[in-house]
Amino acid sequence: MQITVTINGKKYTEDVAPDLVLLDFLRAHGCYSVKRGCETSNCGLCTVHLNGKPVLSCSVLAVRADGKSVTTLEGLQKEAEEFGGFLADEGGEQCGFCSPGFIMNVLAMVRELENPSEQEIQEYLAGNLCRCTGYQSQLRAIQKYLAWKQEGTK
Amino acid sequence: MFTVQQYVKVSSLEEAYTLNQKKSSAVLGGGCWMKMGKRRIGTLIDLSGLGLDTIEETEDSFILGAMVTLRQMETDARLKTTFGSGFADMVRHIVGVQFRNCATLGGSLYSRFGFSDILTWLLALDCDVELAGAGIIPLAQYAATPYDRDVLARVIVHKTSRKAVYESFRNTETDIPVLTCAASSLNGDLRLVIGGRPMRALTVDGLALTKSMETIVEKAQSLPFGSNMRASAQYRRHLAGVLVKRAVLRLREVE
Ligand SMILES: Cc1cc2nc3c(=O)[nH]c(=O)nc-3n(C[C@H](O)[C@H](O)[C@H](O)COP(=O)(O)OP(=O)(O)OC[C@H]3O[C@@H](n4cnc5c(N)ncnc54)[C@H](O)[C@@H]3O)c2cc1C
Repeated sequence: MQITVTINGKKYTEDVAPDLVLLDFLRAHGCYSVKRGCETSNCGLCTVHLNGKPVLSCSVLAVRADGKSVTTLEGLQKEAEEFGGFLADEGGEQCGFCSPGFIMNVLAMVRELENPSEQEIQEYLAGNLCRCTGYQSQLRAIQKYLAWKQEGTK
Repeated sequence: MFTVQQYVKVSSLEEAYTLNQKKSSAVLGGGCWMKMGKRRIGTLIDLSGLGLDTIEETEDSFILGAMVTLRQMETDARLKTTFGSGFADMVRHIVGVQFRNCATLGGSLYSRFGFSDILTWLLALDCDVELAGAGIIPLAQYAATPYDRDVLARVIVHKTSRKAVYESFRNTETDIPVLTCAASSLNGDLRLVIGGRPMRALTVDGLALTKSMETIVEKAQSLPFGSNMRASAQYRRHLAGVLVKRAVLRLREVE
């Protein structure tokens, strides 16, 4: 089936198998930040934005992205680098495997929630598993990043 | 992961219904549950072109399309105003935001999982479901029906003066629930719905909200409970008492 999908601002029209998942479509187009983790919709590693909303690309069929716009970490490099700095400063990434999906969801949260409380942050990121950090350093990184962003808008 | 021979984005519910009569066909919701299986699907039926992804409010009801995501129900301000935090409480522990942006109401209700937060909450309200073939039937009737080849189109949540609250318990955050519990009351009559027993949710009607807590808890605990890897029947029975008590106390507060 033929689909047209915009990936990080660039339009692609292609024939795809109806059971191809978005994750594989994106990796085939060079978006290697999108990783296959649990494949049971639990870990959040494969998070991308579909029309601006965070989704699990391991669970969405590529045909469902027809006519839509997909953003991966490759398309948000500036914001990702900014937040990544806070993550590194707080020791919030160790092996780094979960970072792309985690950063994508943090950036989605920043767009969706205004001034999120600690509980809101925890709830928003509950679907991003990290086996290294214990989450406290990530939480600190998010809070400092949010404060820094607020400073910048003053 | 399932495999698909042919994908059809249908242009009407009738088309979906007709295609779905074949045993090898399947309707696609969010695909989150289906992807964990290895089914070989002949025709995959996509409803996403039918405008069933909206929540409409009318004078006497809310009409939720089958393709509405869990996240839409969680964040809809009108549902919150009318039903309190119940719709958000129903889904807030289900995996994560990204998952809830994918999984649908239709896929959840069709599946009628024993552990379903969604089924438990909606049974506590006054709901009908609209099916492409069978038309409009009460949700309670649908919940008790064996799986068939009909297509779920919409859920109609009637506005009444019913008040409702939702409670659930998980062993770990984002896991499926060990027990789910919704309590609602209309004109002083209490309705309890207990799911994750681990069998499908059951409803207890016919108690007054003013009855003693012991009587209410006893009634809830008299339901059948079972054991699985998440908890024993004995633990679930105990938990049912705890969640029902919490729910009824909250309900008495909002009444
Ligand atoms: C990892 C994981 C954790 C979960 N945790 C929870 C939890 O804690 N609590 C909870 O309540 N639920 C939980 N669920 C279930 C989840 O909330 C959804 O109910 C489930 O994913 C099905 O929704 P879907 O849209 O993905 O449906 P799909 O996977 O697309 O479909 C499921 C079934 O429904 C059929 N179907 C879909 N739409 C229709 C329709 N309109 N008409 C007729 N048939 C239809 C499909 O053919 C299929 O048989 C979990 C699921 C997963 C994968």
